Amino acid sequence: MRSRASIWNYHLMLLPGILLLIAFSVVPMFGIVIAFQDFQPTLGIFHSDWVGWENFEYMFSLPDSRLILGNTLSIALMKIIAGLTVPFVFALLFHEVANIKFKRTIQTIVYLPHFMSWVILSGVLINLLSLDGIINQMIQWFGGDPIMFLQSNHWFRFVIVSSDVWKEFGFNTIIYIAALTSINTNLYEAAAIDGANRFQRLTNITIPGLMTTVILLATLSLGNVLNAGFEQILNLYNPIVYESGDIIDTYVYRSGLLEIQYGLATAVGLLKSVVSFVLIAASYGLAARFANYRIF
Amino acid sequence: MIRGTNRTVDIVIYCILTVIAFLSLAPVLNTLAISFSGKVAAMSGQVFFWPVDFNLEAYKSVISDRSFFTSFGVSVKRVLLGGAINLLVTVLMAYPLSKSNKHFPGRNIYMWFVIFCMLFNGGLIPWYMTINTYGLLDSIWALVLPTAVPVFNVILLMNFFKGVPKELEEAAGMDGAGAWRTLVTIYIPISLPSLATVTLFSVVGHWNAFFDGMILMNHKENWPLQTYIQQLIISVNSIMNTTDPEEVKRLSNMSSQLLNAAKVMVSMIPIMLIYPFLQRYFVSGIVLGAVKE
Repeated sequence: MRSRASIWNYHLMLLPGILLLIAFSVVPMFGIVIAFQDFQPTLGIFHSDWVGWENFEYMFSLPDSRLILGNTLSIALMKIIAGLTVPFVFALLFHEVANIKFKRTIQTIVYLPHFMSWVILSGVLINLLSLDGIINQMIQWFGGDPIMFLQSNHWFRFVIVSSDVWKEFGFNTIIYIAALTSINTNLYEAAAIDGANRFQRLTNITIPGLMTTVILLATLSLGNVLNAGFEQILNLYNPIVYESGDIIDTYVYRSGLLEIQYGLATAVGLLKSVVSFVLIAASYGLAARFANYRIF
Repeated sequence: MIRGTNRTVDIVIYCILTVIAFLSLAPVLNTLAISFSGKVAAMSGQVFFWPVDFNLEAYKSVISDRSFFTSFGVSVKRVLLGGAINLLVTVLMAYPLSKSNKHFPGRNIYMWFVIFCMLFNGGLIPWYMTINTYGLLDSIWALVLPTAVPVFNVILLMNFFKGVPKELEEAAGMDGAGAWRTLVTIYIPISLPSLATVTLFSVVGHWNAFFDGMILMNHKENWPLQTYIQQLIISVNSIMNTTDPEEVKRLSNMSSQLLNAAKVMVSMIPIMLIYPFLQRYFVSGIVLGAVKE
């Protein structure tokens, strides 16, 4: 049993972290009251007028709201589906390779984009997708017309989703690869003795062995359906593609900090936080119940 | 695992994986090649993966760009300061939280508090106004303190600490070691790979952050490097907002695409330098911390 002294030491160790969380996480939560005010920066939180639900009513009356919610949901859902399947397929291919050195090299390379910022990658992507960029050069080489990917409402979401997959698929395979290495190798030996060929072993052992992980990741991703990728979109979009690419977070940034509509932006942000919180709590609950998952 | 004798399937798989790996790097290689190319070649889209009309002009002008280096300095300062604070706070929080509620009454209350702070936030505007109220705008502390508690890293390390054999701690306790001594002499040395993982994450996080620099730093000389580059790229991108293709072509020829390619490359260097050393740790680090049971 621990002595009283060391329990005090535990509290002491936690003190700096807890104080920082209070200062930078809890205190801003009180700022939520702005959502219910006609906030004037010169008057501050304590002297601005209370307006009740007016900001929320205004938000729902805006024609943009439906568009932004639709964009957020569709981009996030496309990202979730692609982000589950591409790493899955990659991990299956990867698992079939026996050469350790080759595996290491491939891993090192495909993880790398995860560690680069969206600022850097948007620089790279703008280069790549410009009218004179390498992709349009190839399109023209095959006899097509050049496409303005980042200025087209038709292509913008496709660029967002595929570049996100490109950046993250390698890193997202880590969990799958870990799950694959935990599959009992005796199963493969037994199947081989029974005369199962490579494809049969894949469909009867490897894929079922991954299903719990897939379900777990799918469940956890539910909590993310309102996050479509703020940093990525902020760095790649422009007014022409607001129609297809504007999401909740970029809207809050623009209406709040650029147009100084603090009340409205806080109301939108609050609604998003609350819904996200409920979704995350629910998805963790489901994961705990059905996949025996615990974060701590 | 027993392998089939089917060589063709193997060859196809090796080829597919090689192509995927190449595609992962291709965009970066293209930008790298552009940064070493001549202006005309770069602008007219002749450069693929090898520099055309090789020269170092772009890099020379990066070196002579004072504000690039000012921002580089801000980023280095931020990474060193922020990385150290992150690591200290992570270790100090993970250790007590790795104890059971029986050994450390109150542990669960702290845990719920931390989780709540991770999942719920006040949103952008209140966050900005809070930092403004503290008077931190335009100070390096605005870049370091709000992210001083990396909750995800705390949970990773906490889960690792839970796996440390209890016998070690009991033996230390017999020898009269208190909580601090146990942490420093037993837990920290044994968990160096995990510490390397969480350090990599927080260093990369600090190096890559641009948004806080963009809204919290009013003066250019306080911008971290990513904010500086973001502003460059945005200005290039925003002149492309016109829909007339001829106009776009004319404007993009005027922009300093080449220079930006070189700046993008230079700002990648620090990540490229630390990544290979820490890469081997993080796979086991993440798996240990993320998928328990």
